[in-house]
Amino acid sequence: MYVDKFPSKGKFDRFGGQFVPETLMPALEDLEKTYTKLKDDPKFKRELDYYLREYAGRPTPLYLAKNLSKRVGMKVYLKREDLAHTGAHKINNTVGQALLAKYMGKTRVIAETGAGQHGVATATAAAMLGLKCDVYMGTKDMERQRLNVFRMRLLGARVIPVESGSCTLKDAINEALRDWTTNVRTTHYLLGSVVGPHPYPMIVRDFQRVIGREAKEQILKAEERLPDAIIACVGGGSNAIGIFYDFLDDSVELYGIEAGGKGLKTGRHAAPLCDGSEGVLHGSYSFVMQDKFGQILPTHSISAGLDYPGVGPEHALMKLRGRVHYDSVTDDEAMAAFKLLSETEGILPALEPAHAIAYLKKMPPKFKSKLIVVNLSGRGDKDAEVAAEAMGVKV
Amino acid sequence: MSRIGAKFEELRSKGEGALIAFVTAGDPKPKLTLQIVQTLAKHADIIELGIPFSDPIADGPTIQGATGRALKAGTTPETVREIIRQIRRTSEVPLVVLTYYNIVFKPGVDKFVRDFTVAGMDGIVIPDLPVEEAGKVLKETKKQGADLILLVAPTTTPERLKRICNTSSGFLYVVSLLGVTGARERLSGLVKPLIADVRKTSRVPVAVGFGISKPEHVKEVIRAGADGVIVGSAFVNLIAKNLKNRQKMLRELDRFGKTLKAAARLVH
Repeated sequence: MYVDKFPSKGKFDRFGGQFVPETLMPALEDLEKTYTKLKDDPKFKRELDYYLREYAGRPTPLYLAKNLSKRVGMKVYLKREDLAHTGAHKINNTVGQALLAKYMGKTRVIAETGAGQHGVATATAAAMLGLKCDVYMGTKDMERQRLNVFRMRLLGARVIPVESGSCTLKDAINEALRDWTTNVRTTHYLLGSVVGPHPYPMIVRDFQRVIGREAKEQILKAEERLPDAIIACVGGGSNAIGIFYDFLDDSVELYGIEAGGKGLKTGRHAAPLCDGSEGVLHGSYSFVMQDKFGQILPTHSISAGLDYPGVGPEHALMKLRGRVHYDSVTDDEAMAAFKLLSETEGILPALEPAHAIAYLKKMPPKFKSKLIVVNLSGRGDKDAEVAAEAMGVKV
Repeated sequence: MSRIGAKFEELRSKGEGALIAFVTAGDPKPKLTLQIVQTLAKHADIIELGIPFSDPIADGPTIQGATGRALKAGTTPETVREIIRQIRRTSEVPLVVLTYYNIVFKPGVDKFVRDFTVAGMDGIVIPDLPVEEAGKVLKETKKQGADLILLVAPTTTPERLKRICNTSSGFLYVVSLLGVTGARERLSGLVKPLIADVRKTSRVPVAVGFGISKPEHVKEVIRAGADGVIVGSAFVNLIAKNLKNRQKMLRELDRFGKTLKAAARLVH
């Protein structure tokens, strides 16, 4: 019903599209052409599979979290993307796209990063495949994710501070798009989420589908049935689309959890699907946080990776169709989940998937004792400092 | 014929290149824009007014700065529409509005185009709206009798160029370089062959922008066959430099506009 139907002509129903300067249009056409050709090319597929397995450590485990299950009254499995190389699902996409860049004859990749996970994963894939790498990062994010800045530099990437606008992920994307416009002939823009102009939402989704494909196989093996629900956090939405996609045509309920920040009522959040409206940002038509004139609004989330005013167009479609339930949890609820998972399971989640964990406690009562999969999209070591500050602890 | 088309025709009969001057409306304050435009219109043939947008991906640091100042001063699309209405009370100068698509989309494309055309807008440039996505705006601008000015870039393929040329009205906006707006020391090497290509395909006048910031650039571009030049960041720099001295700001804009127009005029 859904799988492989979209995008059609670059659109997810009315969402998606290509709202970029003319300079970039031919590059997007090229990218689509190359990708369409390579995605079924046996050599490319073999190479990608090889790197995902031997380099990125796939498949990642599906872990039955017994202690957590007891605490929340559901049988909870965690898809352990935190155990993938570099500590998050981002590597699935960066290895794929870096390989794509190589095949296109590009010598340099650029990326934006919020939490730093995509930046680290890009720098990693670039180092491995011998590509030059520049990462744009808002100065506010550089401050709260200092460790990742250092990691990127260790990996040989240049981290370029972005001081415009709100100094976060949105502004880093603006700057990366400007760079790409200037260096489009030599550079591939390695976009990190299912956002941006077509074909990015499709390409990133396809590279992240491996999460759901594995999870389906693993849960069938462990439980001999499909889960009742899957929960994932949604910033741009790549880990969520990745785990949802192969379940879209099954009777499995899907929950996408946005960053509720200080609470939806305060306006200080990053939840465009829950509390935004339709608009165009960064080349794509979707839901955005904006004022009545169409100016993009500042966002807030304790999690840098979710602190973004837009969301992938395929999520907008899923909202429109009612296929995925979108909801939000606050900073405080995410922090409580961060502690809960650490204490019950010995797993420090990143603050992003801590939002998905937090939602276990907000699931409708009908899910009591049911089988749930949560996408644990990344590990939380990078967030120790932010978490300590939120708890009022000096490290 | 639109004010824009009529202006290019008038200039062609006089053998002059067009000077299109861009500033961001509301920079540094909405109440100064009318005076700035009146000053520029003494020399410029067409005025292009930017409606500030929070995320201007096609703009370099200079116009980002202008956008930031204008937004901070409280400039909204409604403010800009009021400024346009004021300009129209005393002037027939062709007015082009430049803004990003979300600003046009949010109130509804039909409403935006209608309201701004009624206020006095003659044409619109939307740098993040490629020809593939332009259908709705094209329909509304046609309905209201305004021009939709599309852009071509050095990367534009021959097939795309044909399609863009068949759609653009008023003039064709030729991006001279690979990159964002901003004054440059030298003219991009890409611009001359690009003008030659575009000349062969375009039915409407051809104006070149991005990086054009000196009288020499203007001369070179007009000599290469363009009908006009668009100068933005170089004017905005004069605004940014003189934020504390309004008289000096206007004087320098006046003088610079005069120099650039002289360069556009003297070529033929």
